[in-house]
Amino acid sequence: MAKRIVVDPITRIEGHLRIDCEIDNGRVTKAWSSGQMWRGIELILQGRDPRDAWVFTQRICGVCTTVHAVASVRAVENALNLEVPLNAQYIRNMIISAHGIFDHIVHFYHLSALDWVDIVSALKGSPKAASALGQQLSPWPRNSEQEIKAVQEKLKGFVGSGQLGVFAGGYWGHPAMKLSPEVNLLAATHYFQALEYQRQINKVVAILGSKTPHIQNLAVGGVANPINPDSQSTLTIERLYHIKTLIDEIGDFIRNVYMVDVADIGAFYADWTQYGAGVTNYLSVPDLPLDTKGTTFALPGGYIGDGNVGSFKPITSFNDEGFKQGVKEGVKHSWYKGDWDRHPWEEETVPQHTEFQDNGKYSWVKSPTFNGKPAQVGPLANVLCMYAAGHGPTKLYTDGLLQKVSALAKTKVGISALHSTIGRHAARAVRCAVLHDSLLGQWQALMDNIGKGDYATFNQPVFPKGEQRGVGFHEAPRGVLSHWVVIQDGKIKNYQCVVPSTWNAGPRNSKDAPGPYEASLVGNPVADPEKPLEVLRTVHSFDPCLACAIHLLDPKSREIVTVRTTV
Amino acid sequence: MSDNILVLGVGNVLLADEGAGVRAVEQLQHRYAFPPQVELIDGGTMGLDLLGYLDDKTHLFIVDAILSTQPPGSVVIEKLLDPPAYFRQKISPHQIGLSELLAVAAMQDCLPPSITLFGIVPRDLSTGIEMSPEVNVAVGQVVLAVVKELGLMGVEVGAASR
Repeated sequence: MAKRIVVDPITRIEGHLRIDCEIDNGRVTKAWSSGQMWRGIELILQGRDPRDAWVFTQRICGVCTTVHAVASVRAVENALNLEVPLNAQYIRNMIISAHGIFDHIVHFYHLSALDWVDIVSALKGSPKAASALGQQLSPWPRNSEQEIKAVQEKLKGFVGSGQLGVFAGGYWGHPAMKLSPEVNLLAATHYFQALEYQRQINKVVAILGSKTPHIQNLAVGGVANPINPDSQSTLTIERLYHIKTLIDEIGDFIRNVYMVDVADIGAFYADWTQYGAGVTNYLSVPDLPLDTKGTTFALPGGYIGDGNVGSFKPITSFNDEGFKQGVKEGVKHSWYKGDWDRHPWEEETVPQHTEFQDNGKYSWVKSPTFNGKPAQVGPLANVLCMYAAGHGPTKLYTDGLLQKVSALAKTKVGISALHSTIGRHAARAVRCAVLHDSLLGQWQALMDNIGKGDYATFNQPVFPKGEQRGVGFHEAPRGVLSHWVVIQDGKIKNYQCVVPSTWNAGPRNSKDAPGPYEASLVGNPVADPEKPLEVLRTVHSFDPCLACAIHLLDPKSREIVTVRTTV
Repeated sequence: MSDNILVLGVGNVLLADEGAGVRAVEQLQHRYAFPPQVELIDGGTMGLDLLGYLDDKTHLFIVDAILSTQPPGSVVIEKLLDPPAYFRQKISPHQIGLSELLAVAAMQDCLPPSITLFGIVPRDLSTGIEMSPEVNVAVGQVVLAVVKELGLMGVEVGAASR
C-alpha cells in the first residue's frame, strides 16, 4: 500500500522547501516539490535607480549574495549596451571563481557529505588504518595518523558532552550508510580541514570585494576598485600577490582531497549512479567574459536535450537571442494569479495562495522552461555542456575523476554515470577544479593587462529616455541565474530574477511535466519511510538554496527536519 | 590580552523589521568613531562567510531581530552562556545561519568567550525596506546600549568626524 511522506524543511541552510513523496514497495512513485515562502524582491525594485539594483538583489540570500550582485549589474549593462573594461571583467571573474570554489567546498563537506558519511561511525574507526587508507589514495600531507586522531578526539568530545552541534539530527546508523568506520573517519577529518580552506578562499572574495562580507566593489559599468600599482589604498601589486598565495594554497586541497573524497565515496555508493537522473535537459550559460562586450568566455555554456551530449547547442554571448527568447516561467501550479507562461520581461507577481493541491497549485516557486521544456541547471549541466564544447580542463578533470572511480569501484564508470544523484557531486568537484584553473588564469590576465598600462575599471552608464530591456546571466554555483530588467526613463519598470533553484525546484509546468527535483525522486529507494535519508540525498545533491527561489520567513517556529507519514 | 570586540548586525533588510540588526550597525558606523579594537560588521543573513571575523575576538555583540513573546519594539539584552545550544532554540528567524556559525566556531576553537545578544522584537516581517516606527525607536535604543556597554568595558567611543 502506498504511503505518503512529507519532509519539511529539507535544507540545512536558509530557505524553506517541502518535499512530498508517495512511496510504494520501498520506492518513490510520485513527488512534489513545494517552496513554502513567497518572494517579492521584484516589488521592492520597481521605480528605483537601476544602478542601485545590485545592492538590493545581493540581499535576497545570505548564501548567494555575490551572484545576485553580478547578475544584476550585467542585466543593466545589457539593457544599455554598455561595455565593461577588461580589468573589471577580470576582477569580477576572479570574484566569481573564488566564490564558486568556496560554495562548492562548503556544499560538499558541510551541507551534504553527512548524507553519506556517518559521523558516529567515525568514532569507531582506527586512526592508523584511516591514515594508511588516506595515504594510499592521495599525496595529501595532512592524512597523518596524528591529525586524524586529533579529529577523532574532538568528535568524541562533542558526542560525549551531548553537544553534537551541527552534527545533531543526522541519520547516524541508517541502513543506507555504507562506509567503513575508517572511511567515515577520513572524511570527517577532511570535513574539519575544509572549514579552514573555505576561509582561505573566501579571503580572496573579501580582498577584491573591499573587505566586507557583502561585496562593495561592483558598479554598473565596471568595478569600483581603482588600480594603481604604487598606491596603498587601491588594488596594489602587493595585494594581488597576496591573493595569488591564497589561490595556490587551496589548489592542493581541491585536487588531493575534495576530488579524491568524491571519487572514493562515489565508488562505495556506485549504486547511486542508478538513481536521481530526473530531467536530463541541461541548461548552462557561458561565463568569465574575456572581452569588454561579453562575446568570448573562459567557460562555455549552452543546452543539451534529453541527456544527449552530442546535441549540445552553445550559448555564445551576453546578447544570445536563443537564450533571451527561450526562457519562460509558468504559474499553473504556483501560488500566483492565473495560469500563464510568460517571458520574464512580461511577468507579473500577484500572489494567490491556496491549500496544497496535489493536482493544482502547491508552490511559491514558479515553473521555468527553456523552449517549452523543463531543464536541470547546476554544476552537472555546466560540466556536461563544457565537456560537449570540448573545454580542455573540464575534459581533463572529468576523465581523471571517472578513471579514479573506475579503479576504486573495479568496474568501468563512464560519463553516462553522471546523470545521477552521485553524479551531481562528481560534477561539482570537477567544476571546482576547473574554477581553480580559471581563477589562476584570470589572475594572470589581470596582471598582464595592468602590465600593459591599462588601469581602467569603469565606464559611466548613461540612461536614455524611453524603454530599454536587458538580461544579465551568470553561471552561479547552483546553476543558471538570470536577472531580467525593464528600464523606463532611467527607472526600473519591471525586474525578475529567474534563479537556479527555481529551475530545479519548480513544480509541474503548464503541461504538467514535473520539475527536476520531482522527476529525480521517482524510483529512489526509501528503506525506512520514517527516516527518508535517500530522499535527502537526491534533493541535497542539487544543492538547494531556496531563500531566493521563494520568499520570506515562516513566522511559525519549526523543529529541524520533521517527517510526517500519512497513508 | 586586551579586549577585541566584534559588533555583528544580522538580518534581512528586504523584510522590514527583520533587518533591524543591520540598521543598528549602520547607525553605529554613521554616528560614532570606534578604536581599532572594535570591528563592526553588517552580516546580512550570512552564515559561514562570517567565520573569519570571529578570529581573536574576546567579545561578540550580536544585534538581531528576535522572536519573543514581548511586544514589538522591545529590546532584550542578554549574556549568552552557552550560545550554540541557546541558538538551537528558535529565537532568531535566520538562526540556521547564525547557529551553524557559532557551532562551527566552537568546533574550531574560535568562539569568542563572551557573547552578548542585543535583540529587537519585530512587528512587521513583510517585504519592504522601511522599518515600523516602534522598531525604528528600538534600533536607536540598541545603538545607545551598545555604546554604553563598550564604555563600561573601558572602550572610548567618539563622535564620527563629519
